[in-house]
Amino acid sequence: MTEVTLPARFDGLEMVRGLRLPARLEFTYTAGQATTRFLTHLAEKRIVGQRCPSCRKVYVPPRGACPTCGVPTTDEVVLANTGTVTSFCIVNVAFYGGSMELPYVSALILPDGADIPLMHLIQEIPAADVHMGMRVEAVWVDEDADGRVPPSLESIRHFRPNGEPDADPATYADHV
Amino acid sequence: MRDIAIVSFAQFNSPIERQRNEVEMIMPVVGEVRDRISITKDKIDFVCSGSSDYLAGVPFSFVTTLDAVGPWPPISESHVDMDGAFAVYEAWVKLQMGKIDTALIYAYGKSSPGDIRRTVTRQLDPYYLGPLWPDMHSIAALQARQLLESGQITEADMAEVAARSRAAAAANPHAVVSGTESAEELLAAPRTYDPLRAHDCPPVTDGVAAVVLAAGDVARELCDRPAWIRGIEHRIDPHALGVRDLTRSPSAAAAAKAAGVADGTVDVAELHAAWSHEELLLRRELGLGDDVDVNPSGGALCANTMMATGLIRMGEVAERIWAGNADRGVAHAASGPCLQQNLVCVLEGE
Repeated sequence: MTEVTLPARFDGLEMVRGLRLPARLEFTYTAGQATTRFLTHLAEKRIVGQRCPSCRKVYVPPRGACPTCGVPTTDEVVLANTGTVTSFCIVNVAFYGGSMELPYVSALILPDGADIPLMHLIQEIPAADVHMGMRVEAVWVDEDADGRVPPSLESIRHFRPNGEPDADPATYADHV
Repeated sequence: MRDIAIVSFAQFNSPIERQRNEVEMIMPVVGEVRDRISITKDKIDFVCSGSSDYLAGVPFSFVTTLDAVGPWPPISESHVDMDGAFAVYEAWVKLQMGKIDTALIYAYGKSSPGDIRRTVTRQLDPYYLGPLWPDMHSIAALQARQLLESGQITEADMAEVAARSRAAAAANPHAVVSGTESAEELLAAPRTYDPLRAHDCPPVTDGVAAVVLAAGDVARELCDRPAWIRGIEHRIDPHALGVRDLTRSPSAAAAAKAAGVADGTVDVAELHAAWSHEELLLRRELGLGDDVDVNPSGGALCANTMMATGLIRMGEVAERIWAGNADRGVAHAASGPCLQQNLVCVLEGE
């Protein structure tokens, strides 16, 4: 730190080297209409996207807007609980707050019927065996007495191989 | 200098927007500002936005809201962490460079998700004033107190501003507050942030505004009577309140002089005066006479969409020029505590 010369009357005073000034603000987050619908469907174990009325692409999770056309997306599309791995990462390094056992696989999964992949976990298979084009299905957390799960993407515990043969690369070439 | 005009304007203001997130709130306004002049997304050369992540409490929320304008394939785009009026300034500079002919500017803010009075304290210096968390109405009250005690204004003057603004807002479908009380009736209310009363303070507002700028003949094609920007300047006073004379706003006066406010008759002025005493101060600093129609929309006292209030002032003046109700007008935008930063824009019809 640069030394400064202070007037004589400050002789013997301890220099202030730092200040700790905690700040806290609280907010009520509005998920929005599209995300609210997505979460509500998740509680009933359905993955729902929205289709752009202009370019016909299906976005998941829906944001209520098509980023290509800049128009509202209003048509809901119920997607399959199955999809294709388009890309993945084997995580070998722990990070602060992480609760996963190492190594684990985080992947981009293109749900059947969607035009954009979701990020989620791949489990029930050795990490070294995960590959692009692998067909997977959602594994949901346990239902409550009414057959519902919490309205959260965490209600999908993970995805696992569903035993189907690998997808033709042409079916996901636009998503890698 | 190129001739550049405001050719379209749209806005949405609400006391609280509970259902829609920012993207869902912005999209219809951006659609409306394009549809009003039948311009399509591909004919917009540049997009500039104004917002503050502190309002939503979401880092980089301004990036996610780009979905509202259709940013793919990649568009030419920029953002200011300021009122949208300052985004207009950036777009105006870019238009002056001559490579583009159109620009879309949007600004938005939701004050309702947090406690706006506390959120705004984060613009104060972090060592001395910020840690005291002085809410925004109390900071404004310091300025009102100094103006009152210096004898330059009275509480009755402030109530007159509020009464006139609230009456004007009754004719503005975008205002969230209006009223028919006389100044005397307003003065009977208790002081909430002494010396301020509730009517001296802006309402919590969630909203969006957008304008389209165009240059030269492109502007003439898009609009029968473009609102030409004849001057646009902004100036800044020191940040620390303790080193300023709060009865003055030298930066507002300097911006008005540089923008050429005094070079012609002013028919209408829309001032970003979120507290009633600020209008009285700004009238003087901008050199506006008693014959100027000030804040015919009701102004920020009747709808204060943070980060868009200044942009709305520009749009309100432009609309009056398009309609032929005014030939020359002044739009003012402010930022920072106690009118620290000021932008002045002179708009003219042909």
